[in-house]
Amino acid sequence: MGGVKQFLSHFFVTGPFEIGGDVSIGLVSLAILFVLTRYKLWGWLWRNWLTSVDHKKIGIMYMLAALLMLFRGGVDALMIRTQLALPNSQFLGAEHYDQIFTTHGTIMILFMAMPFIFAMMNIVVPLQLGARDVAFPYLNAISFWLFFFGAMLLNISFVIGGSPDAGWVNYPPLAELQFSPGPGDNFYLLSILISGIGSVATGINFLVTILKMRAPGMSLMKMPMFSWAVFATCIDIIFAFPALTIALGLEFADRILGAHFFTLNGGGNPMMYVNLFWMWGHPEVYIVILPAFGIYSEVVATFSRKRLFGYTAMVTSLLLIAIASYFVWLHHFFTMGAGADVNTFFAIASMFIAIPTGVKIFNWLFTMFRGRIRMTIPMMWVIAFIPNFVIGGSTGVMLAAAPADYQYHNSYFLVAHFHQVLIGGVVYGMLAGMYYWWPKMFGFILEERFAKWGFWLFNIGFYVCFMPQYPLGLMGMTRRMYTYPAGLGWSSLNMISTVGAFVMGIGFIFIVLNIVSSIRHPVKDTTGDPWDARTLEWSLPSPAPHYNFARIPVIDSRDQWWEMKQKGMTKPDDSTPLAPIHMPKNSGKPFIMGVLFFIAGFGFVFNWYVLAGLGLLGVVITLFARSFDYDTDYYIPVDEVKHSEAAFGRS
Amino acid sequence: MTDKDQTIVTAGGHGRFPWSHVIGYIFSLVLTLVALLMVINHVASGGMLLFVILLLATIQIFIQLFFFMHITEKHGPAYHIITLAVALFFTFAIIAGSLWIMTFTQLSS
Amino acid sequence: MAVDVDHSVVKSADHGTMLEYSTEDGALKILGFWFFLAQDMILFACLFATYLILHNRTAGGPSAMQLFDVPGFAAETFILLTSSFTYGIATFQMRNNRLKSMLIWMGITVLLGLSFVSLELKEFITYVLQGATISRSAFLSAFFTLVGTHGLHVTLGIFWMISVMIQLVKRGLTPVTARKAFIVGLYWHFLDVIWVFIFTVVYLTGVMK
Repeated sequence: MGGVKQFLSHFFVTGPFEIGGDVSIGLVSLAILFVLTRYKLWGWLWRNWLTSVDHKKIGIMYMLAALLMLFRGGVDALMIRTQLALPNSQFLGAEHYDQIFTTHGTIMILFMAMPFIFAMMNIVVPLQLGARDVAFPYLNAISFWLFFFGAMLLNISFVIGGSPDAGWVNYPPLAELQFSPGPGDNFYLLSILISGIGSVATGINFLVTILKMRAPGMSLMKMPMFSWAVFATCIDIIFAFPALTIALGLEFADRILGAHFFTLNGGGNPMMYVNLFWMWGHPEVYIVILPAFGIYSEVVATFSRKRLFGYTAMVTSLLLIAIASYFVWLHHFFTMGAGADVNTFFAIASMFIAIPTGVKIFNWLFTMFRGRIRMTIPMMWVIAFIPNFVIGGSTGVMLAAAPADYQYHNSYFLVAHFHQVLIGGVVYGMLAGMYYWWPKMFGFILEERFAKWGFWLFNIGFYVCFMPQYPLGLMGMTRRMYTYPAGLGWSSLNMISTVGAFVMGIGFIFIVLNIVSSIRHPVKDTTGDPWDARTLEWSLPSPAPHYNFARIPVIDSRDQWWEMKQKGMTKPDDSTPLAPIHMPKNSGKPFIMGVLFFIAGFGFVFNWYVLAGLGLLGVVITLFARSFDYDTDYYIPVDEVKHSEAAFGRS
Repeated sequence: MTDKDQTIVTAGGHGRFPWSHVIGYIFSLVLTLVALLMVINHVASGGMLLFVILLLATIQIFIQLFFFMHITEKHGPAYHIITLAVALFFTFAIIAGSLWIMTFTQLSS
Repeated sequence: MAVDVDHSVVKSADHGTMLEYSTEDGALKILGFWFFLAQDMILFACLFATYLILHNRTAGGPSAMQLFDVPGFAAETFILLTSSFTYGIATFQMRNNRLKSMLIWMGITVLLGLSFVSLELKEFITYVLQGATISRSAFLSAFFTLVGTHGLHVTLGIFWMISVMIQLVKRGLTPVTARKAFIVGLYWHFLDVIWVFIFTVVYLTGVMK
């Protein structure tokens, strides 16, 4: 009996925040269960969402998950800032603080930024290319569910077993079993390993989609810029994620098999982990920023009513960034003390990336130059992004100077820099994309009043929060510092920064309010083209029918839809006869596979190898079951297509 | 036999004997054997020998790719060849880069 | 080149008539699998890099020179090279629409794969019995992980191949089964390439004086 009690007290985390977490998670789950049962929505949920292989629905699920994770990571951020607002603060314990900055970083990069870019890729790319789905719709569903259950595995650590606390980079030797006993660190490793499989699959999937599924006539150089950006991203994904898998896999082997890859004894070398981690870590930065660059390009052209300036230069710079991002990884550990030759090479390579990035900034500015600019919400996020990214980029070049980096390394200067590029670059981009493509996803436009409040609060909050962190870093405040004494001159800057963080939080609440109020009073998008935009997705009704294109369009120009409108067309050519449409069937297996991976991961976290083995066996059985399943697709008959097109006022 | 089998059209009936496979196989055996014998009899000094056996292994990549993996077959542009070339390039970058970066520990330990 | 005669026949054949490429879906999946192999290559590159960094760090435990047994790893190498060849013949028979012969060659490949895996297991067990376990030193951690990851790939490949054989027996040669057989082949030959590098970088340099 005592054993059980002791087990339970280790298994469930107890503490005021965790019990609060337990209660709120419990209440929300009960509420969801109640609503689903009360309104008999279980079947609807299963048939329309959980088993869906439709790229648009998978994209929407990615986006909801990303917003949820943005909330979770944001709450972590506010707790960090609350702790740091005053000197000698006792708001959080040191260990608790470590857990919170670890989960904040992990969630924001891997479970917020990644699903948000996957959301945009899924929703937009097939529509822009004139395709009916991605190349491998079933694999796409697997990717989503692996991401989802990976994210759940990490989040559950808050209430069961304890959160990881070795930083989002999880460096050894701290993350080794000797210094981080207990399941927390295993949660980190397993959740990322599981969702990482999904990310690689997405990379392969979209690479094949972009290369092979473009509508006839769309040569690569006629492809919309967002699709180009996704192409560059996918190159980075498939060549960078294996390094993460290996880094985390080897660390996991250290922890469960007693291997000596990164340990201090037995000949291990902790710096090899750092080397492998950043071999993924730096391309990862570009994996999340390049799709945002693509979104900026689309939005800026649409709302300036001009062709994107310097298309070829944009494509070249995207590809240059994608390739060059593999040759800069050492700049994350200049201070390791590799030779001067090594540091010099990586410093120059890092600075080089500023060139293609600068080219892109100028191209966006020239697109706006003499354009008829409409200040819509997506456009506001783009315009706010530019100064933000210029500052972030400049501090990046400062950090790239190896000798100076010895001063900046792991200080708040660095913290301010990467938040500036990751929030000002990625989050702004994703929000711009969300506002821009929202009508295409749901058939109504997000209203502007709350959206503007959200925009201004978030933006002002951003500068108030992060600008003070640059001087704080120069004054010697280091990253991950739990508290600091009074009298160092840091107190007022820290307080200002915390106020800024809360203003950003209020901004986020307005964005949520904006979505809620738009759902309650929707402004319907009846034309399918609310922004008078340029690319193919806007030639479809909003939301797009599940087969996307009743007839695959033939492309002869970059801004195909814009050119068609210039010729006086208001809808795509419908003179050719319809044909039956080949579609993939829904399947429950991706969801089941996600659950089984979750079970296996959970087993490994607690070293319950029987459970882990059963989970993995289940995964293998699901794989073979799929291989033997030949009933995977169907045809939509012409009558049904006609009927559904007529409902959109088309034929 | 289902009637699906009747509709099969294959790449002609030219291949009576799989010459290219046999030749590829012989090549791979010979290259492996040469590398093995060179090492066992240490015909050259460390660095030189290492270079030669790595070269032999690299040739084997191309033998597998051309004689067994039908790399020249394609459906549309040869995207897979470009991707493999990029992957080879990154493979080199990862291994050479890691060795270059991590030699500092060899000095210090 | 005279050796290319037969090869060029395959090359010049109309791809529209090659079963595995005959559907759009088949062509997409083959291309996707090439991309998978490219990422798997990077995966192994990281393992090789780790091995190269750690291979001298024996922490007082056994070194490569003391452990590796030339006849043992030479046998593994020749078995795997042969299995790559036999699968090549299976693909050749598939292209000539000779299902029965194809299945026989696939069966031979499976047997060779099984003997490779059992030899490797035997090698590992021998090392472990000598006290050379994965937790003995960084060198051994890197060795077991690199070679073991390859071994796991081969094991998975064997099961996969058997599953494709069952489907071939059940359904005959169709665009779908032909595509699956072709992709397993790509996987198998790729693993052979990786092994050649394990043979060279791990074993040969390990026994080099």
